[in-house]
Amino acid sequence: MKKRIVVIGGGPAGMQTALRLKARGMEPLIVEKEAETGGKLRGWHVLFPTFTPAGEVLAELRHRVREAGIETMTSAEVVSFTQHEVALADGRRLTADAVVLATGFTLFDARIKEEYGYGIYDNVVTSADIERMLDEGRVAKADGSRPKRIAFLHCVGSRDEKVCQQHCSRVCCITGVKQAIEMKRLFPEADVFNFYMDIRMFGPGYEELYREAQQRYNIHFVRGRISEASPTIDGGIQIKAEDTLTGRPLRMSVDLLVLLVGMRANDDNAALAAAAGLERAPSGFMAPRDPFLGNVRSNVGGIFYAGTVSAPKNIGETLNEAAAAADAAVDYLNA
Amino acid sequence: MATINFGYTISKPRAIDIDRNNLRKSDEILREMPELQSCIGCGSCTAVCTAGNLTQFNFRRVHTLVRRGEYQGAYEEMNKCMLCGKCRLVCPRGINTRGVVLLIKRKLGDF
Amino acid sequence: MKRNSWQDYQKQIADDRYYYGRSCIRQNFFPGSEKAFLDILRNDLGKELLDDPKHSSCTGIGYHSDIVPLETIMTVVARQFSLMNESGYENFVTSCITSFGVYTEMLATWHEFPETEERTRENLYKATGREFRKPASLAHTSDVMFHFRNEIAARAKQRLVDAATGEPLKVVEHIGCHYAKIFPKSGIGGSEFPYVLAGMIEAWGGECVDYPERRHCCGFGFRNYLVQANRGYSIANSHKKLESMAPYKPDFIVANCPGCAMFLDKWQYAIAEMEGTTYGANGHGIPVLTYEEMAGLVLGYDPWALGMQMHQVDVEPLLDKMGIEYDPAAKYLGRNGKYIGKPASAVVNCCATDTVYDMRE
Repeated sequence: MKKRIVVIGGGPAGMQTALRLKARGMEPLIVEKEAETGGKLRGWHVLFPTFTPAGEVLAELRHRVREAGIETMTSAEVVSFTQHEVALADGRRLTADAVVLATGFTLFDARIKEEYGYGIYDNVVTSADIERMLDEGRVAKADGSRPKRIAFLHCVGSRDEKVCQQHCSRVCCITGVKQAIEMKRLFPEADVFNFYMDIRMFGPGYEELYREAQQRYNIHFVRGRISEASPTIDGGIQIKAEDTLTGRPLRMSVDLLVLLVGMRANDDNAALAAAAGLERAPSGFMAPRDPFLGNVRSNVGGIFYAGTVSAPKNIGETLNEAAAAADAAVDYLNA
Repeated sequence: MATINFGYTISKPRAIDIDRNNLRKSDEILREMPELQSCIGCGSCTAVCTAGNLTQFNFRRVHTLVRRGEYQGAYEEMNKCMLCGKCRLVCPRGINTRGVVLLIKRKLGDF
Repeated sequence: MKRNSWQDYQKQIADDRYYYGRSCIRQNFFPGSEKAFLDILRNDLGKELLDDPKHSSCTGIGYHSDIVPLETIMTVVARQFSLMNESGYENFVTSCITSFGVYTEMLATWHEFPETEERTRENLYKATGREFRKPASLAHTSDVMFHFRNEIAARAKQRLVDAATGEPLKVVEHIGCHYAKIFPKSGIGGSEFPYVLAGMIEAWGGECVDYPERRHCCGFGFRNYLVQANRGYSIANSHKKLESMAPYKPDFIVANCPGCAMFLDKWQYAIAEMEGTTYGANGHGIPVLTYEEMAGLVLGYDPWALGMQMHQVDVEPLLDKMGIEYDPAAKYLGRNGKYIGKPASAVVNCCATDTVYDMRE
């Protein structure tokens, strides 16, 4: 009889894990709390650094999951689990031989950084809002006009002790570069500024894209964090920062302020971890057994991690890790 | 005006005000030498600078200020450059730093 | 402005029986405000509060100017609480943002570092033979005014509207750094979008102006003002705020803090004399009110009884706009009807100085 492995979460990590499990002769079951699979890939416009439409990647993953005949439960929220049993919010209980946790991350709520006025000032938006606007084919100021000056602020909800998010979310830097280029393509006449603390270009092609943003698109990079945003009389946003490379305060008004929101651990990680006896990192993400030889295994036998449930990652890393997690689960059950 | 001596005056703000600065010259400079925008602020140029080791001259800081539209004194600062070219040897972005010195002097002679 | 976030910051404000802590400087600069607070609470709202002559300065100005050490100010604060205990009250309400910041800071320090509270108890006992209990609630006087804003609105004789057009008045609110920038949770609305004054303005018919430098400090800064050589920094901050708010053509500024009200008012004079710049829509200054004066006008108090003749910038254009009846000739009469003198004419002031009293002189 085939071994049943419950994959909690139907985003890129969960789908890829299930595909690999199926290919290795297991019987995976994807349990997704939303009404459809796809996770955060839904609603994202294009992926860095290649500007590949997110919808293409998602459609292909869904197609493969369908072709493979993988059983998928949607609108099913997991409240607790152990290696052998997964409990759903509606009271149902699923039995399992192993569990792969692929519940991903939560986008930082930019309203918590009150000083930026997200949710209060109309022309303060987040990187997720920009993706949505790009998807809808309409990027504009709140009044519908074309922005002439746009500022991106890096590290909103990352590397910030004040909001209990001390980790680096990694992907926001390259997202800021990617979205700045997209803005410049849409509004060539606009001035685009990126305010950063460090620029962390960790992936292949990222540094090249950063340089292209600077040299080819004339995007300004100012090393300094915006301290506050306030409204101007014409509906714009005034921002203040230090231009640390000149050692002077700097201020300007912009038409659009984009907050590059970070990735934080899901709120329910704590309860899930407590029920299953799992360890978490200080950041709230799940802690793998060890960061080198056991980075998809948890501290509990028969429970595995795939994707951003254990740390911020990009899509490529997530997909690779999902395959590794599936392999680890199969090896565990076959041992 | 100022018939009363208060013993102090209103301090002038130190902030770089991008709204008030005229970025036209800065744009011209960046259009002629877009590579200058690729500076990552590493400071290698200033570390090796012959003039900068003897005077307050800081090439990185001056060209950054120029890019922000702060032209005051930039010409005089760039005059301190001896055009030895060491900075160009070390720049990890391959920026033609001597070219930048000459361009800023050419564009900002009036300031 | 969509200031919904203020509801995330709630604090407990007592409904009655307050022990009133006065400010050191308000009685000079805005002398009617504290009396107005007492009158409004007692006479209009029927509340009970004790105005205790035994309490002293909180020594906050000395503390923030590096003259009064921490241990000393802690002991002074403890003594005020002891006086409050003695008179049977437990809700401390202070009429000054600096004091409010000081009391909040000392309570928080005692909470975080209990050994400092122990030392304070020892010091107080050695110095005065007193003991103390911490207050059940601590509020700033504007918190209390905010707490009763709807009751005041129900009794309003005036609203913050242009009497001729019915349009809401445009009001700049200034909170004062020590209200919530030190302890954001101690202020209504937190530190970024405080609602304490905005709530009053909205409840009484006015419209709050949000402008780029709203959150900026007035520039008082204790040391920065007290040392003459540093006053250039101090005035530059008010200058920055006034420049930033002027395009919105505010009808008046309402300030939360004694220092801010004074500086936003008086620096307008200094700036006008230094640079010839004025910020009011009428070519003169922008009137600066305390929240008690604002509440007093709403409740129909006489502007001169509220002490508004003591302002640097004349308030008459605002009174006229609100359609408030007042006697121009009574402006410089004291409470006993005696002439109190009048200021020399200045650019920021718009009212003619040749009143009937010039003839008397």
